[in-house]
Amino acid sequence: MPMLNIQHLTKSFGGVQALNGLDFHIDKGEIVSVIGPNGAGKTSFFNTVTGYFAPDEGQVLFNGINISGHEPHEITELGIARTFQNVRLFPDMTVLENVMVAQHCRTTTGIVGTLLNTRSFRREEAQIEANAKDVLSFFGQRLQGYRWDQPASVLSYANRRRLEIARAMATEPELILLDEPTAGMNPKETAELTDLIRQLRDDKGYTVVLIEHEMRVVRDVSDRVVVLDHGEKIAEGDFETVSHNPDVIEAYLGRPAEHTDE
Amino acid sequence: MTDTLERTADSTAPSPNPVDWSKVQKWGSLGGLTMSFIAAIGMVTALDKRLIISPWLSLGFLTLLWVPVAYAYIAATEKGTDGSPPPIKGTRDLVSGLVTGLLSGLFFSFFIVIIDTFDLTDIFRNLGPKLVELLTFGRGVGFAAVVWIVGSGLLGLIGGALKVVPPTVRRVVSSAAMGVFGVALLELIVTDISQGLHIELVTDWLYAINGGLTTISAIVVAILFGLLGLRSDGRTLTQRRLDRMNLAPQVLFRRNAIAAAITIAAVIFLPMILGGLANELLANVGLFILMGLGLNIVVGSAGLLDLGYVAFFAVGAYTTAILTSPLSPYWTPELTLNFLSWEGWLILAIVLIMAAIAGLFIGTPVIKLRGDYLAIVTLGFGEIVRILFLSDWLAPYFGGAQGITNIPSAALGPVEIKGTNSQAMFYLIAAFVAIAIYVSWRLQKSRTGRAWTALREDEDVAEAMGINTTASKLTAFVTGAVFASMAGMLFAAKVGSIFPSSFKLLVSIIILVIVIVGGMGSIPGVIIGAVVLIGILGGPTQPGLLQEFGQFKLLIYGALLVVMMLKRPEGLWPSLRRQRELHHDEMSQDAWLQGTSYQTGGVPEDEQGGTRYTDDTAPITDGDG
Repeated sequence: MPMLNIQHLTKSFGGVQALNGLDFHIDKGEIVSVIGPNGAGKTSFFNTVTGYFAPDEGQVLFNGINISGHEPHEITELGIARTFQNVRLFPDMTVLENVMVAQHCRTTTGIVGTLLNTRSFRREEAQIEANAKDVLSFFGQRLQGYRWDQPASVLSYANRRRLEIARAMATEPELILLDEPTAGMNPKETAELTDLIRQLRDDKGYTVVLIEHEMRVVRDVSDRVVVLDHGEKIAEGDFETVSHNPDVIEAYLGRPAEHTDE
Repeated sequence: MTDTLERTADSTAPSPNPVDWSKVQKWGSLGGLTMSFIAAIGMVTALDKRLIISPWLSLGFLTLLWVPVAYAYIAATEKGTDGSPPPIKGTRDLVSGLVTGLLSGLFFSFFIVIIDTFDLTDIFRNLGPKLVELLTFGRGVGFAAVVWIVGSGLLGLIGGALKVVPPTVRRVVSSAAMGVFGVALLELIVTDISQGLHIELVTDWLYAINGGLTTISAIVVAILFGLLGLRSDGRTLTQRRLDRMNLAPQVLFRRNAIAAAITIAAVIFLPMILGGLANELLANVGLFILMGLGLNIVVGSAGLLDLGYVAFFAVGAYTTAILTSPLSPYWTPELTLNFLSWEGWLILAIVLIMAAIAGLFIGTPVIKLRGDYLAIVTLGFGEIVRILFLSDWLAPYFGGAQGITNIPSAALGPVEIKGTNSQAMFYLIAAFVAIAIYVSWRLQKSRTGRAWTALREDEDVAEAMGINTTASKLTAFVTGAVFASMAGMLFAAKVGSIFPSSFKLLVSIIILVIVIVGGMGSIPGVIIGAVVLIGILGGPTQPGLLQEFGQFKLLIYGALLVVMMLKRPEGLWPSLRRQRELHHDEMSQDAWLQGTSYQTGGVPEDEQGGTRYTDDTAPITDGDG
């Protein structure tokens, strides 16, 4: 059984067909890249999977459960985490708090436990903090040390992206959706992040889906590439196959002119 | 760097800075307008009887006289742009000040001439002969014009001179002036305290028989406060706070602990030495702290702008009244608000449950709304609740416009805590405030509190982090409601009778202003906000320390709010988070100028053995320009 099974997913906004009968699946332990020109429906796809949009037609099965129509927080709880295209941290919470807050759905203490300062509350708080630090240390030197009690807004751009990934990891997902994780990074940082994405799968055991424009990243990390255009899947396969597919080339570069001057 | 600095200094040094005439013109005319405005709203006439320094300076005139000094000071200020050397002070500041003052006086004299010539009492009630009489000193307009122009000019000169003198002198002068003003203004409370301490002799000497300081005592007070001013190191409040942020956590913790201990001791012992008046004020402040803390959770933590907060205050008060007043159809004679038996706690429980139900009832339909929409709808609900209590339809239960009277006092066993016994009342309210502070404090650093903060910062992302935003918002809403209902219960027991008119929109607004002025999301901020607004200025119906300003209360609230939003948007005692939000640029700039990296609350860099940044990981604020 595939981990994520997308069946005939359709979503339109007024006259714009964002997703048009999308069909594909993602298996456990895969790294799949979703690519396509701007406006192809990649982020709409993410938003529909994570519950921000309800699909007009079709459904999304996650581990066999139909999750379309569920609230975003329920879907996170089921094990799908995501990052955002334009980094969206909680800028005035500290780095550590940003990660701690992501464990909300994995913890239970309510107001009463908090007020009575119960033993289980204290244990849970300690556990949350330990988990958060554990997740942050995954990024090694990059998010290390005393900067954890600084507000997230002082982080450099690349570090904000890393923190967003850390936050997604802290929700203890099975599947992580990364929306353009390398956007705005320099080549060195991009290379580093490529390794990191691989580690997410190899060391942490997450299944990863990423939207990416940087073709080198796509080539380096993906087991499989899905190409979208106008909300439809136009190609699927490994990077080599897809990159030579005439439909894909056309979607990116347009049709060659028919009458060329010899 | 040094080279450019020297060069700019050289080029400006020989040529004296010219007076900025447009600025002088602007502030001069503004000064005249402000003075005319203050006179027109009746402050001068209303406060004329209240003497500051007996017999020659009344509060009424003081409301005018500060204007030329302050405006001249502003007009004389030349803002140095970043990187350029600070402007050279000297004659130009004096000239600017003098001319600003003269202009203010000129405009104001013109105003006097107008109100003397035309009868404007139909339009502005206050612009009558009484005001003219006061402003002309009964000696005719010509004389008055000369006095006002020359007087304002001199005051302006003082304002300008304040700019020129060294900072120490400025501090001493302002401290002395504020001291005299404060001691004179707080005459009632000072007398009250001295009676509690049995040192009436001091106040007898300090104050003249018809109110106000005597000339001699004013001089003594000025000298004392001037000496105090000499001791301060001249850092502004914000600077202090920013410096505090860089302290090690242990030091910070120790300081907070000491401050908390002092506060607790003050709360326990102060009411004993204070007289009835001061305790009454403190009790009112306590009620508003309670509500402020509740609203602080809703608005400050969770970011839900609730403008109908008074509804829950009303629910608490009416529930108590219905259960305990013999005039209510649901009166059960056994039930009294006695906190030493189960009955009192039963009432409290019912009040809290009713508030929670009301919170859910109002919250559920509106909670999906965001920002402005939420504010408008809660505003509507707040009014609906008041109108329901007022309605004839429900009058058999709530008494309509007559309200519910004869509500018995709260009690502790056989001891009755009468509303008139303000000392006991204060302790009772303080106990509830203590609970509210504990609850707010515990919730801030918890899973629930973090979820609220996340919600406030970015709702969509909070949802993606697995936070059930609807449930979280409702929790915040209900928690806030519960706090307000406790205040309502105490209010009903304190005043003994409640009417729908006690629960107007104004109350919601004032609580919100407390939270904003104090500092959103900050517990000490709310307390300070309530002390400043309710204690000093007075609540919607409660008199404050400055009773004289009673009729101008709302005007002063408004002015205070505007000034705060412009000059100190984070509030008087902001939470660390808000301070960061609003002073981020300043802090990073300071850090850059000092050549250190900007960090908050962390361990100082040197203790860490230098930074560990590599190329891209350095904070953005550490950039090279």
